[in-house]
Amino acid sequence: MEEVKEQLISLPRLGEPAPAFETVSTHGALKLEDFKGSWLILFSHPADFTPVCTTEFIAFAEIFPELQKRGVELLGLSVDSVSSHIAWVRNVEEKTGVRIPFPIIADLNKEVSLAYGMIHPGQSKTETVRCVFIIDPNQIIRTILYYPLTTGRNMAEILRIIDALQTTDKNAVATPANWQPGDMVVVPPPNTQEMAEERIKQGYECVDWYLCKKKL
Amino acid sequence: MACISPDGKPTESGTKMLRAIKSGLGSAEEIASSAGLPLFRVRSGLRELTQAGLANLKDDKYELSSKGMELVSTLSG
Repeated sequence: MEEVKEQLISLPRLGEPAPAFETVSTHGALKLEDFKGSWLILFSHPADFTPVCTTEFIAFAEIFPELQKRGVELLGLSVDSVSSHIAWVRNVEEKTGVRIPFPIIADLNKEVSLAYGMIHPGQSKTETVRCVFIIDPNQIIRTILYYPLTTGRNMAEILRIIDALQTTDKNAVATPANWQPGDMVVVPPPNTQEMAEERIKQGYECVDWYLCKKKL
Repeated sequence: MACISPDGKPTESGTKMLRAIKSGLGSAEEIASSAGLPLFRVRSGLRELTQAGLANLKDDKYELSSKGMELVSTLSG
């Protein structure tokens, strides 16, 4: 319990380097650095052969081609063994026809789970909750999502976040509430009065000087 | 082991990587592109092939060891 308390103090934070790891997976031994240069979604699930997790894995497999188009790799994790993961993904394919194309970490010793704060004792002392860490090509954590054991994740939102982050990085803009690709983006607020006055003349769609949008 | 089976034979992805290295492709990126494998798999696989003594990293390029050359020569196709 002391170890878990200690871990809660040092949860990974946005904008910080993702904790390094070296672990075993259904695709062999993997290190975080193997993913350098690609976006990475590292996500945890509570346990193999459980209903909500199965629906999520099918859903992750369904968005996998879209993620690949965006240069994103997927990496699952639970505290089950490699043998359990293999049996489960084979079962999913046999029963549903869906092949799971991405690796799954077997975090039996909980090293990765603890480093990423994936175990929330208020939910479960032994299983990982439904975490999503979006890690950029420089291995910086850009988004963290936590879902409770009972709530399956929303794949459309995960894709939307990837699109938003990549749009932000490419164009130095922000994205407003409920933004979808193709929508107007938010121009960063001006830092000086001069910039604020110029902003109004630049042809952006402005509510006022601090809230301006533009088409990309 | 993702590239080498417990019986010492290379897996399908291991075979692709070994052949790519034999053809002269030396970087992980080149091998991934030639073998049609994700880069993370190739980086992990190259570690494995190196640890197994089948490949060496020299001047930032991978090349087959004599043991690796011998293994590739036994592969059919």
